[in-house]
This record gives sequence, structure tokens and C-alpha cells, in this order.
Amino acid sequence: MSISVQNISKSFKNKTALSDISFEVKEGELFGLIGPDGAGKTTLFRILTTLLIPNKGEATIANFDIIKDYKSIRNNVGYMPGRFSLYQDLTVEENLEFFATIFGTTIEENYDLIKDIYVQIEPFKKRRAGKLSGGMKQKLALSCALIHKPKVLFLDEPTTGVDPVSRKEFWEMLKRLQTKGITILVSTPYMDEAALCDRIALIQDGKILEIDTPREIVKHYPKTIYNVKAANMYLLIESLNIYKHKYSVYPFGEFVHYTDSRTNFNPEDLKLYLKTKNLKNISIEITQATIEDTFMELAK
Amino acid sequence: MKRFIGFIKKEFYHIFRDKRSLFILFGMPIAQIMLFGFAITNEINNVDIAILNNSKDATTEEIINKLNSSSYFSIKEFIQNENEIEAIFKKGHVKAVLNFEADFSKKLSTKNNANVQIITDATDPNTANTISNYVSAILQNYTQTINKNVTITYQIIPKTRMVYNQELKSVFMFVPGVMTIILMLVSAMMTSISITREKELGTMEILLVSPLKPFQVIVGKVVPYIFLSIVNAIIIIILSIFVFNMPVQGSLFLLGIESILFIITSLSLGILISTVSVTQQTAMMISLMGLMLPVILLSGFIFPITSMPLPLQIISNIIPAKWFIIIVKGIMLKGVGFTFIWKETLILVGMTLFFIVLSTKKYKIRLE
Repeated sequence: MSISVQNISKSFKNKTALSDISFEVKEGELFGLIGPDGAGKTTLFRILTTLLIPNKGEATIANFDIIKDYKSIRNNVGYMPGRFSLYQDLTVEENLEFFATIFGTTIEENYDLIKDIYVQIEPFKKRRAGKLSGGMKQKLALSCALIHKPKVLFLDEPTTGVDPVSRKEFWEMLKRLQTKGITILVSTPYMDEAALCDRIALIQDGKILEIDTPREIVKHYPKTIYNVKAANMYLLIESLNIYKHKYSVYPFGEFVHYTDSRTNFNPEDLKLYLKTKNLKNISIEITQATIEDTFMELAK
Repeated sequence: MKRFIGFIKKEFYHIFRDKRSLFILFGMPIAQIMLFGFAITNEINNVDIAILNNSKDATTEEIINKLNSSSYFSIKEFIQNENEIEAIFKKGHVKAVLNFEADFSKKLSTKNNANVQIITDATDPNTANTISNYVSAILQNYTQTINKNVTITYQIIPKTRMVYNQELKSVFMFVPGVMTIILMLVSAMMTSISITREKELGTMEILLVSPLKPFQVIVGKVVPYIFLSIVNAIIIIILSIFVFNMPVQGSLFLLGIESILFIITSLSLGILISTVSVTQQTAMMISLMGLMLPVILLSGFIFPITSMPLPLQIISNIIPAKWFIIIVKGIMLKGVGFTFIWKETLILVGMTLFFIVLSTKKYKIRLE
């Protein structure tokens, strides 16, 4: 096992940040921690990167204990904190060189590992890191975290505040890194990114709700979901919310995801009801549950 | 070792790219030494005085001429009666008034003594004191010249000599003090700020999750500032020698070694400050309030320690600057060798070790 976490709990003063977290990540796996802000993702990352000591529980990274062997772990992992944490007054090249040096390596030695990412920011290598755009900053931070060829890579919300195109590119890069045998633990608040992981853990309020592959996790969704659409979105949501048989109503892009509390639900009933509310162009179709639906259901 | 050099290289980038701290590093020493050297002074020069001459005879004229011809005083006004004294002080044009009694010459020749009153404006007590001393000295000098041919049977004549600073130049007193303040501030404040900056920007998190050992991080932070502080010390010494004609009676080499020791003391204090503060702002406040004030007030730089109340005298012992000022004054002014300052040196070494041990103990290998 590349990462093994057993019954980790952590609290700050009287606030519980993590309670009884356990999971395992196989070697070369891309494992996602999915959860909203304040779920405890960053605390978990800090514990696993030996920056914090848990109150309870044990964990090993690449078979090193996070407390006893913290020095070995620090030699073997790459860590990219949630906040951009490079030297803003150093240029792109100087940052990369600095991190290569402190890990006792050179840019040339591991260039093939970062090549795909670094070529995109290489044209700006003389630019100060503080003057880069959000997406480029993340690429540089990833290059710096990778330069020493770590066994395990920890990425804490790497795509927060990054534009959609860069986000997509970033995930493609992670997929490529995975093929090189690097275990990746990544956290994100974006549910659409979860589908790109091998396995995910849904986390909220310091507890893990579910761990499985993205495909399996949506199967756990207990109900049939309907995509409901009408001309007036606002009125539609309002009407659904006061419908006496509704179980859940979530806006989802151009649709509303609707589930009914009855077992013998007939969509035609709902259509009739909505018509009485003066809604036009009503369409109701069965759809697949998404990770977001599952998360909302579990988090209830 | 390569890691360490890489780290130091990075530190120099930080220093040279931050124009503000660079200005503090090199602008402050020059500005302060010039300020203290030229503007702040205890010496008197061409002080304006007024004369109330109630006798207007040969002797008083001669004394007035003597005063006027010295470079210390210039006579601004002659007033006619005592009521004007108060008014003239209130206008603030003169710092002192000399009041000769009536029939000055006559009394001197018949009764062998005559009175002159020196009234000084003591809103500035130091200057007032100095003025009255200077005037007394000139009067005494004059008395001696008129008594040349008379043999007085019994007479005690004190001959004062101010050793190590014959002309009582205040710059001699300020240079060691300013040097101490600057080395202390630059070393302690800059290191504590640069370490807390890493905490504040989150880069410390990455440095912790790297194979760099804590002492490598700290020493790497400190080394660049040792160099810069040495450059500063050299600038100050050169300025004081060539601009203010400050003597270096003792060994320049010893002065250099002692300065490096004090720089290291200050740096270790800076590290200690950074271990207890989380933000750059607190680090700066602690350095300024916690270091600058005690250094100025309690180190004996401006106020003599021996005239402080006992509790303050005791507290002054824990201020490293006090010992360094003794060392610098000893070497520069008295020209003493190591045998005379080994005790102070040992105290500084002890303090340095204490700070280093304490900060290594307090340095966190994790975030909390």
C-alpha cells in the first residue's frame, strides 16, 4: 500500500477537524478526496505530509510511519499546498532550480518527468512567479513538487481558482504522471473532477461518507433521478420545492434533478402538477445519478 | 552542502530584489550615523548670550571681549536693567545672560573680589550646564591672568583633563552606540522578518516537507545577514574614522572580531523572535519595541547606567548591547586589548549560546 490511513482523528482546541478517518491507496493509484470547504481535507493532507500530528490513529506513506519516520517521508513525497506557496520574487526557473537543489537533484536529472508540464511555462521562465496567471502558477507548483521524482504526490485543491481549460489540462497531466507509477492523492471541491479519479472518498465534516470508484459510487444512489426542465427555471424550482411528494430538488445546469418520495412515482403526475403552476415546455426524463447527487444524498 | 548553498543563493535573491529592505539595510546605517554625528550634539558653538553690564569699566570690557573672541559664545545683545532678563529669555534669542555687578573693577581692586551672575536658560539642562561650565572656565582663566604677579600663599588649583575624549566630542559617544543599534536592528529584525515571511507566505510548509534539516534552514537564513552586517559594520567604522575623525586606538582586527560576535548574538536573538512570532508584523514589532528601546535607553548609549535606579541597573545587564558598547568604547577610545574586555566578550558568547539553544528547542519541525 502506498498510503494507509487507520482511524485518524484530529481536533483543534474543541473543534473536531477529522474523526476516525481510514482508507488505503494502492501504488500508482489516483485517489481523490472530494468534499466541500472545511471538510477537513487540508488537515488530512498536513497529517499525511508529517506537518501535523494526529490525536489518534496511525498512517503510513510508502511504508514509512508518519510520526516515527517523518524524515524519510519528507524525502519521498511531493507536496503542493492549497495556497500558492512558491517564492513570488523568484523567477520560474529559479524556483524550480531551488526546489531541485534542496531535494539534492537537478532539473536535467528529472526533466522527463516534468517535461510535459514545464514546456508550457518554459517561455516564461524568466518571469517572476508572482506575475504568473493562476493556471501557470499551478503548473509551476506541480513542477516544483515533482522535480525530485517523489513516490507519492499530495495535491491539495490544485485546481481551485484555475480556469476550466487549465483545469482540464492539469488533470490530463495527472493521468500521465500516474502512468509513471506515482501515487497521487488529490483533493478537490469540484464534483466533475471526481469522475477522473480511480477511486474517491467523499468527505464531509471530518468524516468519510463513502469510498469507491466514481462509477460505483453513483450506483449507490438509492433513487431514480429525473431531469426536469421548463421555460421558467425559477418558478420550476419553487414549484418543485412545495410539491408534497418531492424527496429532493437540486438545480443542475439547465435541468433540475428531482427525486420523488413515492415508490410508484409516475412522471405524468408531476407534469400535470407543474402545468397547474403555469409552467410551459415541461420535459421530464430519467437520468443517471452524478457524484454530486450522491454526495448531496449522503451528506443529508 | 549543495543544498545549503542553493538555499543561501535563494536568500540573496530575496534580499536584493526587495528594494525596501535593501534600503533599510544600507540606507539606515549611513543616515543614522550622519544624523547622530552632525545633528545631535552636546557641544556648544557660537551660543548667543546677552550682557547686563552694571559697571561698564575696563575689567568687564576685557572679560566681555574674551567671551566674544572665543568660538563658544557670541554676544547678541546688551541689556540695561534686570527687568529685561526675563523678557529676553522668553523671546528665546539667547541662552544665557551675564550680569556684572556695579563697580566691578573697584570692588576687585579694593575688596579683592567682585561678583558676576550667570543666568542660563535651563529648558535644555545639558546645554545650560555646559554653558555655565564654559563661562566659569573663561572667568577662571581671566582671574589667573590678573593674578600672575601676585603670590597667593595657599591655593588649590584643579587641573582637569578629559582622557580618551579631550575635546568632549559627542560623536565619540554616539558612534559606538549607533553602531550597536544598527547591527542589532539589521541582524535581529531582518532575520526574524525573513523567517516569518516564509511562514506567512506558506513556503515554510514546503520547506518543512523537504529533506532540509531545521538547522540548515536557520543557518541558511542567517549567513547572508552575517555578510551584510559585516559590510554595515565596515561602513560605519570607515565613516566614523574619515568623516568624524574618530580614533581607533586599539586593534582594528579585535574590533572586527568583536563586531562579528555581536552580529551573531543579534542574529540568534532574531531567530528566537521568529520562533515566537507568526507574522512579519509581530516579528517587526517585537524587534523594534523589544530591542530598539532597551538598546537606546538601557545600554548606556545615551543615559549613563551608573546614574539609573538600581532595578534598571540590574536589568541593563541582560541587554547584550550594553556589553558590546563597553567593548567598542574600550577598543576605539581607550585602545585596550583583549585582556581588558574578555569578561564582556564571554558574556556575549554566553548570551549567544543561550539564544541559539533556546531557539533550536523552540523551532518547530511541524506546523504546531
